[in-house]
Amino acid sequence: MARDRTAQAGREKVLVDVDRLTVRFGRQTVLRDISLRIPRGQTVAVIGESGCGKTVLLKTLIGLISPTSGKVRIGGKDLSTVSAREWPRLRLQFGFVFQQAALFDSLNVAENVAFPLRQHTKKTPREIRDLVLARLAEVGLPKTILHKKPAELSGGMRKRVGLARALALDPQIILYDEPTTGLDPIMSDVINELILRTREQHSVTSIVVTHDMRTATKVADRVVMTYPLARLKQDERQILYDGPPAKLDQADDPRVRQFVRGEAGARISEMEEEVGADLSASSA
Amino acid sequence: MATSVSPTHPRPNAPRGFLRGFTDWVADLGELVMDRVAGMGDVTLFSWRTMTWLFTRLPRRETLLPNFYQIGVLSLPVVALTGTFIGMVLAVQSYAQFRMLNLETRLGAVINMTLVRELGPVLAATMLAGRVGSAMAAELGTMRVTEQIDALTCMGANPIHYLAVPRFLACLILIPTLTIMADFMGVVGGYAYSIYALNIDAHHYWENSEKFVGSFDLFTGIFKSLFFGAAIALISCHRGFNCRPGAEGVGQAATTAFVYSFVMILVLDLFLGIMLDSIYYALWPDGARLI
Repeated sequence: MARDRTAQAGREKVLVDVDRLTVRFGRQTVLRDISLRIPRGQTVAVIGESGCGKTVLLKTLIGLISPTSGKVRIGGKDLSTVSAREWPRLRLQFGFVFQQAALFDSLNVAENVAFPLRQHTKKTPREIRDLVLARLAEVGLPKTILHKKPAELSGGMRKRVGLARALALDPQIILYDEPTTGLDPIMSDVINELILRTREQHSVTSIVVTHDMRTATKVADRVVMTYPLARLKQDERQILYDGPPAKLDQADDPRVRQFVRGEAGARISEMEEEVGADLSASSA
Repeated sequence: MATSVSPTHPRPNAPRGFLRGFTDWVADLGELVMDRVAGMGDVTLFSWRTMTWLFTRLPRRETLLPNFYQIGVLSLPVVALTGTFIGMVLAVQSYAQFRMLNLETRLGAVINMTLVRELGPVLAATMLAGRVGSAMAAELGTMRVTEQIDALTCMGANPIHYLAVPRFLACLILIPTLTIMADFMGVVGGYAYSIYALNIDAHHYWENSEKFVGSFDLFTGIFKSLFFGAAIALISCHRGFNCRPGAEGVGQAATTAFVYSFVMILVLDLFLGIMLDSIYYALWPDGARLI
């Protein structure tokens, strides 16, 4: 009985549960047998080379991509059993910060941040305006940009507006897709600080997809490294590392150490071999 | 001499030569047919979802009004201009033939009948497909490519309800207005050219027009335009939603939106024309006679 209760408590603590997830597009498998359990309040960085399925994993968690097999459970709810009618409500638990911010071009900054509030709450325009200002202040943006269109903002500002919009409805889980890509080192660090601050102020669970090692080591409690399937053997696990950021450097797998140190290693010769094989196949 | 099998050949026993070519051709054809069938199924499903949302929950005023302005108000000048010119061109082209038969005074009947039943609605729809359909496909395509449509979904909003339904409603409601504008300006253009350039008697011109062009003809044109508007909106939104990545994908979405809409306008025009003609002759078996 006591053991049952402990198991129940353990299950409740796990907010995101990915169980043997496989995602395939046509003939191409992007994710294979991924299993991941993320407790409430944890910040997980998912790292890996381009094309290893990090973004696909993120989009599967919010139901933008359907799994080919396996299960994803959010707060114990199996996503495969969620009806079209239930999805919008379920998605309100999430905030998604897109790689290019994905702000609505036709709306100004204030309207962008207010969008989820107008869609899902019955707040008055004044309350919405106050909340928008508060969210923008949290990410360090002044009142003066309220009426600017996204095209008039810099990359860093767009990212911060995207974060303010993701925070508008006080989500439980925030998904960050490459939050520092394309930003200068200082703005990248500002974003890292904002991720940390958001976690403290809102007690959210965060999943940060990145290939920026500074972000991974600075903001995450736990790092998960995935590897492109095309370069894995049939029996190898796609997750090469799952542990604290401090131990990344001492990982058993040399591919993890190579990624962390940013060393090309044998990649160039591998790429040349791939090109050579392609050329010989096409000439035959 | 022993035949050696190339090591790169995947199937040593595969048929070669003509037979191989034929099987490849059949496979390609099959793939093409499957693609087309899947594409049509996809458009049908998209249209069904749009209709479902239309009857479930109407879009908000702030999403409707910009579309009404973009699709209706901004299209009026170009539709009016092309309508005027088409009316005048009809007068120019028909005059010589009618003069040979001494039937110049019947020009009004022909010009106005052609405009109200055919050219007005088709012209307004073509202008709408070119001006608005391509723009809608490009705008929604860009939103797809830059993940704005994904962002909408993530924020618990339905992209079809938020993006497609207002555009569909605006096209459906405003295309009759544009058609009436094209008809009116075409009638004015045809009249002006016939009376002032070709010196046809105005009284007879209008008398014949009135005799042959009835309210059913006007209804025919407006009724057809509703289908054209719906087709333009659905095709263009569908192309935008299913845009391929990159600038090339957006460009392709805009082009195919216009081409498919235009083809659909002509196909619908034929079938609706046949159907409405059957109704007309069932109601008025004698019909109207020019001579």
